[in-house]
Amino acid sequence: MAHTKEEIVAGLAEIVNEIAGIPVEDVQVDKSFTDDLDVDSLSMVEVVVAAEERFDVKIPDDDVKNLKTVGDATDYILKHQS
Amino acid sequence: MSGILAGKRILVTGVLTESSIAFQAAKVAQEEGAEVILTGFGRLSLVERIAKRLPKPAPVIELDVTNQEQLDGLADKVREHVDGLDGIVHSIAFGPQGAFNFLEATWEDVSTAVHVSAYSLKSLTMACLPLMPRGGSVVGLTFDAQIAWPKYDWMGVAKAALESTNRYLARDLGAKNVRCNLISAGPIKSMAAKSIPGFEELADVWNHRAPIGWDLADPEPAGRGVVGLLSDFFPKTTGEIVHVDGGVHMMGA
Repeated sequence: MAHTKEEIVAGLAEIVNEIAGIPVEDVQVDKSFTDDLDVDSLSMVEVVVAAEERFDVKIPDDDVKNLKTVGDATDYILKHQS
Repeated sequence: MSGILAGKRILVTGVLTESSIAFQAAKVAQEEGAEVILTGFGRLSLVERIAKRLPKPAPVIELDVTNQEQLDGLADKVREHVDGLDGIVHSIAFGPQGAFNFLEATWEDVSTAVHVSAYSLKSLTMACLPLMPRGGSVVGLTFDAQIAWPKYDWMGVAKAALESTNRYLARDLGAKNVRCNLISAGPIKSMAAKSIPGFEELADVWNHRAPIGWDLADPEPAGRGVVGLLSDFFPKTTGEIVHVDGGVHMMGA
């Protein structure tokens, strides 16, 4: 079943919290994973893997570099979820 | 179960993402009938997530090859899952950023690179030796260390050390029926590549010089090479380096 934008943002917040220890409330659409949330490159890989499983999408490596903010990732998942 | 690794028990190190050569080696090994045990370093939770993407579930054991305590405990941890090993895949390398600047690198940078990337072939193999009473096959991954590459710098020296370590291991473990070989793979866009500053410049050579072509995004050929060397199809091959590089190693220009 497709997820709504709000569900995806909330889900990403839980994932980022679990993997990188960032408080859920800090994970907002305008925040950059690396610059604002201090998610390192390996944690980012795990965030992507966890998001793929949770939202049933495939995010190729070449697309990951374009997902700078939580909003970018949310839009990508909205568009590509099955 | 049929396949060239039917009934074999293989320890695979170095799985981090699906683009890891080790992931492909583990996947092909399972498809060929092997029972696979993984080791992971650092981000165990990531390795465990990726392990679920293999055709069959594989347990993950934590292993830092610079931690002697973990090496000493490895055999017992492997025994919790299988009663012995028939093969080991060594896919471990690390160079601090400083190691990628040849003239400025410190001994600290270099010694870390050599410890993690070369000495670990010996220490991992010795840690697993009690699990291979009738012998086995050890396969590592190198990046052709006979020549100087752009950007690779002290990692190139560490790989030269790995290639030499492979030969001495093959010499000293031959009597125990343990074969030691390396796959010399072309460049792959994996996490390891992301940590090499200037990887694109290094990899560009493959766009021009591989007679049968090379796909930076496809780690499976190297994984298949690893499985070939793990199998019984190379029974009298040891201390060898097999190039899985699209043929670049033998091209003059």
